[in-house]
Amino acid sequence: MPVDDAELPERFRGQLTFSRGATEGGRRLPVIDLGASVFAPEEASEGRVFTRDYRMAVSQRDALATDTGEIELASALDARMRSLLGRSLRLRSVAAGSCAGCEAELTALGNVVFDMARFGIQFVASPRHADGVVISGVVNANMRDALEKTYEAVPDPKVVIAVGACAISGGVFHDSAQVVGIPDSIPVDLWIPGCPPHPLTILDGLLRLLGRIE
Amino acid sequence: MSTPSFLPVANRRCVRLADVPVLRVDDLAEELARSSGDATRIVSLFGTAETPHTLRLIAVVARDDAGELGVASTMVNRIYPAISTRFPQAGRFEREIAEQCGAAPEGIGALKPLRRHAPDHSPSDWDVRWVGRDDYAFDSVSGEEVHEVAVGPVHAGIIEPGHFRFQAHGEEVLALEIMLGYQHRGVERLLETSDRLRATLVAESLAGDSVIGHTSAACGAIEALARSRKSPRGQAIRGIALELERLANHIGDLGAMAGDVAFHPASAYLARMRGECLNLLMTISGNRYGRGLIRPGGTAFDIPSDMAGEVVRRVERLRDELAPVLRLLFDAASVQSRFDGVGVVRSDDCIAHGYVGLVARSCEIPRDVRHDFAYGVYRFAQIPVAQAWAGDVLARALVRRLEIQRSIEFVIEQVTSLPRGAPLVECGRLQGGELVVSLEEGWRGEIAHVVVTDENGNVRRHKVTDPSFHNWPALAGAMTGNQISDFPLCNKSFNLSYAGHDL
Repeated sequence: MPVDDAELPERFRGQLTFSRGATEGGRRLPVIDLGASVFAPEEASEGRVFTRDYRMAVSQRDALATDTGEIELASALDARMRSLLGRSLRLRSVAAGSCAGCEAELTALGNVVFDMARFGIQFVASPRHADGVVISGVVNANMRDALEKTYEAVPDPKVVIAVGACAISGGVFHDSAQVVGIPDSIPVDLWIPGCPPHPLTILDGLLRLLGRIE
Repeated sequence: MSTPSFLPVANRRCVRLADVPVLRVDDLAEELARSSGDATRIVSLFGTAETPHTLRLIAVVARDDAGELGVASTMVNRIYPAISTRFPQAGRFEREIAEQCGAAPEGIGALKPLRRHAPDHSPSDWDVRWVGRDDYAFDSVSGEEVHEVAVGPVHAGIIEPGHFRFQAHGEEVLALEIMLGYQHRGVERLLETSDRLRATLVAESLAGDSVIGHTSAACGAIEALARSRKSPRGQAIRGIALELERLANHIGDLGAMAGDVAFHPASAYLARMRGECLNLLMTISGNRYGRGLIRPGGTAFDIPSDMAGEVVRRVERLRDELAPVLRLLFDAASVQSRFDGVGVVRSDDCIAHGYVGLVARSCEIPRDVRHDFAYGVYRFAQIPVAQAWAGDVLARALVRRLEIQRSIEFVIEQVTSLPRGAPLVECGRLQGGELVVSLEEGWRGEIAHVVVTDENGNVRRHKVTDPSFHNWPALAGAMTGNQISDFPLCNKSFNLSYAGHDL
């Protein structure tokens, strides 16, 4: 999906990057970490601007941090995984200490506008039926066990997708005593920044994971 | 309030904390019990550490039909005689006080936790214990054919986590107990200890479908404490954003309810139309939920005249597209028969338990902050209060339908008559030693942010009471006597906030 076709409005806050001139002269810049960003308008200050580019999903956590403004977008799963999941990806949603904003955008993916079902992607009612887990929210103490049990209940091979600032870094709650974070026992295959990420940002990430977009 | 024990307050008007009456706890309980005869309800009742060994309880009460708010307080030790023995409506709040402040109200038996976290607002000298996840004891019904159904925290759909424990006899629900707390993130401590911008961002992330509602309420409190001049244009834009948020949620909810009774055409159309409302918020603020828009002093984005023209065109088109879809939904006999008589909330329970918002208006209790405690643009532009009477799923759907129509008219009217001036004005330092009650009619109901400052003007306590805090028990009560298979529909007809409750 070409960026321009999305017709996102002028004020839409997509990728946060450095303004022109801020990266010249080889100056060392404070890194922009899209995983920690909550995409507040105030973050566009001191040489930073928001673009309307909604493509921000990556395969490694550290790919969200940039000192040039360029980020390497998510790559596809390997050939074996693509052959298993590429045309039929069943996902289990776990909201683990969220505000429900990310879940609302995940729900929107199923409507007639975004229609993820046309790509073979759907959400299922049991981890036993799923190929992967979509994590939203900070992962707090009260949801940690439920998240781990859900992950363990998904048969192999499986994928894990972290959606939103809270899942990636704790977001605006990052130093709250309640935040545990995604446990190390759960490896993440796709990181989708935003607060909440626009449905197109999520969909673009999922399609890159499945090798439908390069 | 007519009683001298409560200090009258107005929505978003500060009072000195020193002027708030301090009663003996028994007298406070007595006053509340006496006032319950005229449908007085608790807006919020919470604790704040007064000294290292004393807790101040602050009670904010309302008489909606008189448009009156009152506040009183009491000082308690860790063990104190429970208020809810005399005024049961205080029960939920005392559970919260026990959990947040480590208090031990006496006379009501062991208190179950609400959110299952360690106390974070207790007086520093108190020796506090807390009930964790594993210690929650569910009630049960005994009987040979009674079985227990447990749902959650992870639910079938893409939805927030919560635990529902049903006691069922065949298909019939005998009792439903709801355990929440899975979305607890520590909102109040962050609101109290963060700088102004971060606190605003926390308010935006309190409940992701009520960004405008909660942020407007939080900013309303800060602006009152800062004696900030109001921006009429900013207030109008806030009203427009709040009504767009109401529209997005009501349209989405009707679509979800249609889906739950397998009426898919309406569910498909309405899901798209919900997106139209979110896209309008995105046009104005850059974010589909309006994040970035509401800031202390007004709104950070303006609606210039060409954008206003576009907004009107899009809202008029939405209105024209919605009408036939809503007729399709409400005229279908299959939909009516599924919605009718399910999940009834009785008006006397509403008064006894202090339910608010949509749930109250659906059983003929016309509580609406925009009318009863008018603030901002609602002092100038009245939206008629929508009501239904049966208190069932159909009534909650009808109230949404009415409010959709009224919010659309309001948005068109306001966008075409925005007052002049800057949408954002300065908001300076906070006054010290004051208390303010900031109420907002979020799309679910009354959002309350009660803020208390210390002598230096720092926020000492920022209490949030979401409408869902009042209304979750209504869902539990409404399911009694219903078929368990009607639970998803009933749950969606309330669509309460887990995050708003759990903070």
